Amino acid sequence: MTAELAVFITMGAAAAVTASAVVLSKNTVHAVIYLVMNLFSIAVLYLALSAQMVAFLQIIIYAGAIMVLFLFTVMMLNMTGAVEAAEDRLLKQKPLAAALGLMLIAEVVMGTVGLFSKPSGSMAIEDGFGSAGEVGSRLFFGYMLPFEVTSILLLAAIVGSVVLARKKDEE
Amino acid sequence: MLPVGYYIALSSFMFAVGAVGVIVRRNPIIMLMCIELMLNAGNLALIAFSRWNASMDGHVFVFVVITAAAAEAAVGLGIIVAVFRQKSGDIDMDSLSEMKG
Amino acid sequence: MPISELVIFIIVKAALAVVIFALWMTMVPVMIWVERKVIADIQARLGPNRVGPFGIIQPIADAVKLIFKEDILPKSADKIVYALAPAMLMVPAVLAISVIPIGGTVTIGSRSFALQILGAYKSPGLTVPELDAGILLVIAFSSLGVYGVALSGWASGSKYSLLGGMRSSAQMLSYELPLGVSLLGPIVLAGSLKLTNITNAQKDMGIWFVLPQLTAFVVFFISGLSETNRAPFDLPEAEQELIGGYHTEYSGFRFAMFFMAEYLSMVTISALAVTFFLGGWRMPFIDIVWLGPVWFAAKVMAMLYIFVWVRGTLPRVRYDQLMRIGWKAMLPIAAINVIFTAAIVTWMPNAGAAYLSAAGVGFAVLTFAFVSMVLKRNIGRSVDERLKRVLGRGQEAFR
Repeated sequence: MTAELAVFITMGAAAAVTASAVVLSKNTVHAVIYLVMNLFSIAVLYLALSAQMVAFLQIIIYAGAIMVLFLFTVMMLNMTGAVEAAEDRLLKQKPLAAALGLMLIAEVVMGTVGLFSKPSGSMAIEDGFGSAGEVGSRLFFGYMLPFEVTSILLLAAIVGSVVLARKKDEE
Repeated sequence: MLPVGYYIALSSFMFAVGAVGVIVRRNPIIMLMCIELMLNAGNLALIAFSRWNASMDGHVFVFVVITAAAAEAAVGLGIIVAVFRQKSGDIDMDSLSEMKG
Repeated sequence: MPISELVIFIIVKAALAVVIFALWMTMVPVMIWVERKVIADIQARLGPNRVGPFGIIQPIADAVKLIFKEDILPKSADKIVYALAPAMLMVPAVLAISVIPIGGTVTIGSRSFALQILGAYKSPGLTVPELDAGILLVIAFSSLGVYGVALSGWASGSKYSLLGGMRSSAQMLSYELPLGVSLLGPIVLAGSLKLTNITNAQKDMGIWFVLPQLTAFVVFFISGLSETNRAPFDLPEAEQELIGGYHTEYSGFRFAMFFMAEYLSMVTISALAVTFFLGGWRMPFIDIVWLGPVWFAAKVMAMLYIFVWVRGTLPRVRYDQLMRIGWKAMLPIAAINVIFTAAIVTWMPNAGAAYLSAAGVGFAVLTFAFVSMVLKRNIGRSVDERLKRVLGRGQEAFR
């Protein structure tokens, strides 16, 4: 039982449980909290995989900013999640959804778990793997174009969301 | 490092759960959150393989994916707010099946 | 790696964690007393002086009162989230302490460790380097603190709390960016993200970073004031405004947790300011390891005094003014400071301390003068007027 296995079991279980809780939860705010916990567990798994910079980026951007956006929208629009009790269109829609959903999950997991479970050695990593300097140098020397395009994408998203959420005057 | 299959199994589980969530749930916010779950599952797989191959390219990819997820979440939430202004009460995604607002 | 090395490692780290955490927690009652006495002094009155000599036992009396108060649970509150929200505010504030170095490296025999919970540890069988991106951990945990505020506002089940919670969390979010970007200035100057390297770089360069990075220091201080909801940015918790904002419906120990979290983050921001801008634990001429924490504590107390001084002096800022300052002034200034610092480091890598200080102070004066001139000119003008001045067309053209 190495440290990495212990971390993987605890954080992997937390990630799996909270992911299921997001899908199954009736209360929208609870679902947001579960997703934040899921993102946090994934960030700890990143730390176990020597990805320091990405782990902290995940907490700062994903769990710390995007999910707060979700939380604001839920709180402002006062979504209670009561829409799930609306009428079903197909007969016996809910049990069918549960059964088929479980089948999908089982298929996907069984399809991948057999592939790489042979403990073939991973390649050795050097000291600064995953640190901010490494990510930065790889980003700016070699992936400069995607970096700039991403910034334009963010600009487009900012303009788009401001236009979408703007109150229009009644004619 | 643990066998990479462990991380991939977890990643595929999260992805499948997210996919089922998008299909089954009707609340638009929860659907968006399940999409974020799927993106996260992809990120986990990328980081696991990047560690296995000792290559930093996966980290850069994840950086861009997180940024794209942020942009998509912002625009998606803007759409939800705009739709919410039209209809009162909760939004039922199943009933929003036409483009005409 | 023998198991005894691992055990010693765990013992040393646990002892460090206990000591540093205890130091931070004792600052909370000290700050309560200092704040009330100093504000009373500024306002020409006496402050607490009934309980004990000079009112020293006042914080303990406050704590005892809060612990014995009745624990209310509003009827329309969400029970689990209501109970968890103060914890979601307090835990990140506490965890952010783990990367702040209060002293240098202590060497005992063949083992050496830094006085930092997540710091470097060297022993014959086990070498653990310092956390590479320490400052990112602090920013990450301050981002997580927003949840405590927003969720406590929502879980209280009352409109005032929800409004106060959303306003306060929007305020915290808006000022997180200037907080992080302003710290990039010293990072570029020092060339490393590790907190110990930044502190040592100040000693090596011979000058505290507060002078070459005066803009960054001011932006960091203002953003820190806003992050911790301190005056003059304490609109969400002012009694005259939203009755109490996100902690209206809380009483007893949960209320105490909110204030402990606020004071803890205040001490953390001061400690960060000392580490990044005021030289950390390094002393001017001598280098005694065991005096490092004392010197560090003295500097942190000075920064905390400035926090309280600002609270007693400045009037409260209105919410829209607050957001305007954050997005239109603090963030651009911090970003331009990073560009300026990077330019200096690239084109003049051998610049001496005096040159850097002169450049930094000059840049600060120019930037703040310009930005305040621009912002002041537009006060009292509506959006329509401003658009007409710049573009020739008013708001109608954009509908």
